[in-house]
Amino acid sequence: MSTSAPARPFEPDFAAAAKDAVLSGVIALGIFGPLVGLRTTQNMSNQLIVESHWGLVAIIVGIVAVGRFVLRAFVFPRMAMWKAQPKVESTAEPSFLRRNIKTIGLVFLLFYPVIIVSMLGYQQSIKWVDNFGIQILIYVMLGWGLNIVVGLAGLLDLGYVAFYAVGAYSYALLATHFGLSFWILLPLAGILAAMWGIILGFPVLRLRGDYLAIVTLAFGEIIRLVLINWRELTNGSAGISSIPKVDLFGWITFNVADPNYVGKVFGLANSSAYYKIFLYYLILALALLTAFVTIRLRRMPIGRAWEALREDEVACRSLGINTTNTKLTAFAIGAMFGGFAGSFFAARQGFVSPESFVFLESAVIVAIVVLGGMGSMIGVAIAAVAMIGGTEILRELSFLKVVFGSDFNPDLFRMLIFGLAMVTIMVWKPRGFVGQREPTAFLTERKAVSGSLVQEGHG
Amino acid sequence: MTAVIETQDTTVAKVGPPLLKVEGVKTYYGNIIALKGVDVDVYPGEIVTLIGANGAGKSTLMMTIFGNPQAREGRVLFDGRDITRMPSHEIARLRIAQSPEGRRIFPRMTVLENLQMGASLDKLKYFNDDVERMFTLFPRLKERLTQRGGTLSGGEQQMLAIARALMARPRLLMLDEPSLGLAPLIVKQIFDAVRDLNRTEGLTVFLVEQNAFHALKLAHRGYVMVNGLVTLSGTGQELLANPEVRAAYLEGGRH
Ligand SMILES: Nc1ncnc2c1ncn2[C@@H]1O[C@H](COP(=O)(O)OP(=O)(O)O)[C@@H](O)[C@H]1O
Ligand SMILES: [Mg+2]
Repeated sequence: MSTSAPARPFEPDFAAAAKDAVLSGVIALGIFGPLVGLRTTQNMSNQLIVESHWGLVAIIVGIVAVGRFVLRAFVFPRMAMWKAQPKVESTAEPSFLRRNIKTIGLVFLLFYPVIIVSMLGYQQSIKWVDNFGIQILIYVMLGWGLNIVVGLAGLLDLGYVAFYAVGAYSYALLATHFGLSFWILLPLAGILAAMWGIILGFPVLRLRGDYLAIVTLAFGEIIRLVLINWRELTNGSAGISSIPKVDLFGWITFNVADPNYVGKVFGLANSSAYYKIFLYYLILALALLTAFVTIRLRRMPIGRAWEALREDEVACRSLGINTTNTKLTAFAIGAMFGGFAGSFFAARQGFVSPESFVFLESAVIVAIVVLGGMGSMIGVAIAAVAMIGGTEILRELSFLKVVFGSDFNPDLFRMLIFGLAMVTIMVWKPRGFVGQREPTAFLTERKAVSGSLVQEGHG
Repeated sequence: MTAVIETQDTTVAKVGPPLLKVEGVKTYYGNIIALKGVDVDVYPGEIVTLIGANGAGKSTLMMTIFGNPQAREGRVLFDGRDITRMPSHEIARLRIAQSPEGRRIFPRMTVLENLQMGASLDKLKYFNDDVERMFTLFPRLKERLTQRGGTLSGGEQQMLAIARALMARPRLLMLDEPSLGLAPLIVKQIFDAVRDLNRTEGLTVFLVEQNAFHALKLAHRGYVMVNGLVTLSGTGQELLANPEVRAAYLEGGRH
C-alpha cells in the first residue's frame, strides 16, 4: 500500500503567484471600484453628488492581491502536498476530548451561567447569558428540530421558520388575550405547529428535492404574509408586545412588582439577570428534550424509516414502509420542536412581529443543519455555535473600527461573514462537521462471538 | 472462466392455484404503453424466470406487480387476492419481497441496518435468527456487517439486496436482474443461494433476467418477453432447447 512518493521539497513558484496576484487585483478593482469607490449621497441642498473612496478601494484591492499571492505561493502547494501524502488511517483511540465531547459539552452548558456570573457578576453576565447562551441554544434547538426533517428524513424544508412563527404567535396571542401560563401554552404551541406541519406535509407528499424546497419556501412566506396582513388578529407588522414572562410554575415569578418575585423570595437585589439565567436553563432543557427525543426516535422503527426514506423512497415502500405516514410524522415532529422554540422565543423577547420570521431565518437554520453534517446532533450543535456565536462575536470586535474607520459597523457585515464562513467550511468539510452518520443497529450479545469480525469493518 | 450452474429438474408439480397470477396486464408510462397485455403465473414452490432483451418491459412488469406504476388494465392476483390497486407498502405486507433493479440498498446505512430495514414488518421479532440465516446463506455479508452499504462491491450489494428482501420472510421473492454486472463466480454464488432457498424452504421465486442461459437453467419454468408481450413460455429446459430462444438470447451470448 504505502509506496509513497518521496516528499518533494516545498518550492513556492513566485512568478506564477505574482501573475495571479496582479490578475486578481485587477478583477477586484473592477468589482470594488464602482461598488465601493463611488458612492452617491446628497449634499446640503439635496443635490445628488458622487463621493469617491479610492483609499478604501486601494486597501481592498491590496488585500485581495496579497491574499491571492500568499494562497498561490504558499497555501495551495502545502495543501497539494497534504493531499498527496498517503492517508494513514489512525488506528489509535480518538483523543480524550473527541471521545467525551458530549459529556464535556453538557457539563459546560450546565455550568455556563454559573461560570459567567462568578467571573463577571450578575449585571455583566446578562450579555453573555442572553446574546450568546440563549441565542445560540435557540438555534441549536431549531437546528435539531429541522434536523429531523432535513437531516434524518431528507426532506429539504426551506420554510421551517413558519413553525417557529406559529409557536411564537400561539404563545403571544393566547397569553396576552387569555392570560394562560407558559406551561400550558408550550405544549399547545407545539401541537399547533405540528398540525401546521401536517398541513404543509400533505400537499408536498409527492415532491422531493428542489421542488419540495420551493414549495416549503413559499409556505414560509405565506405564513409570514398572513401574519402581516391579518391585522385584526396579529396586529400586522406592528406585532404583539407586552407578552407575559415565563414563571417557575407560578411559585416564583420574574416581575419585580409580584409578591413572589425571585428577588423577594430569595432576598436578592433586583436584577434582570435572574430571568435571563432562568431562560437559559429553560431553553437548555427544551433543546436537550429535542435531542433526547431525536436520539430515542432514531432507534425506533419510525426513526429508522426516516433515515431509510432519505436514502431511497422506492426501496422503503417495497419494504412495507408507509412513506406517507413517515413523511408526515417527520414534518409534524420537526414542526413541533419549532413550535416549542417559537413560544420560548416569544416569551423571551416579550414582543413578536413578522419581521422575526423572514426567509433568512429559515436559510440560517438550514445552513446550520447542512454545515453540521445532515443528521448529526453534535455537528448541528457545533455549527450553531460557530455560525450564531461567530456572528454575535462580531459585535464585540471593536478593533475593526480602528482599521475601517469609526463609521464601520461590523453588524452590517454579519451576513457577509456568515456566507464566507459557510463557503470555507463546505470547502474544508464538504459533508459538514460530522459527515459520517452513526449507525443505530448493533448485534446483541449473543452474536458477540463474532466480535473480531465486527471490528474489522471499522478499518 | 465459466461457473457451472446445474440445470433445474422440472419435477415440481403445479399444485393448487397460482401464488401470483398476472392477467392481461397493460401498463403505461404516460401515453406510452409498456406492457401490452401480459399473462404470467407463478405457482407455490416454483422458480419462474422472465427473460427478454433490454427494454422489453421486464422491470415494468415487476414494478407493476408491486403497484408502482399500477396496471391500467388487467389484474394482479396474489394468493387469490386482487392487489392491482394496492399501494406498494401494503403489497409488501402480504409478504412479497423484491430485490429491485439497481439493488437500491441504503448506501449510508450499515449492512446490519439494511437487514434491519428488511425486517421492518415483523417488528424485529425474528431478527437475530434471520440475520444468522443470512450469514449462512451469504457468508460475505457477515464479514461486512458494520460496513456502509454504499461501499460494498457490486456482488456484495446484490447479496445484501436479496438478504434484505429475505429478512421480511417473504412468500414470494422477486429478483430483477441479480446477475447484472457481476463476475460469473459471484453470479453462481447468488444463483446457488436462490436454488438452496427454493429447495430447502420451498421459497417461490420470480426471477427477471437478461442472462437467459443461467436463468433458464435455474428456473423450473420461464417466460420470454418481447416488446411488452409474452411471446413464449415453457419449462426451463424446453426454452433452453427452443431454437428461437437459442437464436435470440443464447447464441453468441456471454455464458
Ligand atoms: N419511468 C419510465 N417512464 C417512461 N418510460 C419508461 C419508464 N421506465 C421504463 N420505460 C420504458 O418502458 C419500456 C420497458 O422498460 P423496462 O421495463 O425497464 O425494460 P427491461 O426491464 O425489460 O429492460 C422501455 O421502452 C422503457 O424505455
Ligand atoms: Mg430492467
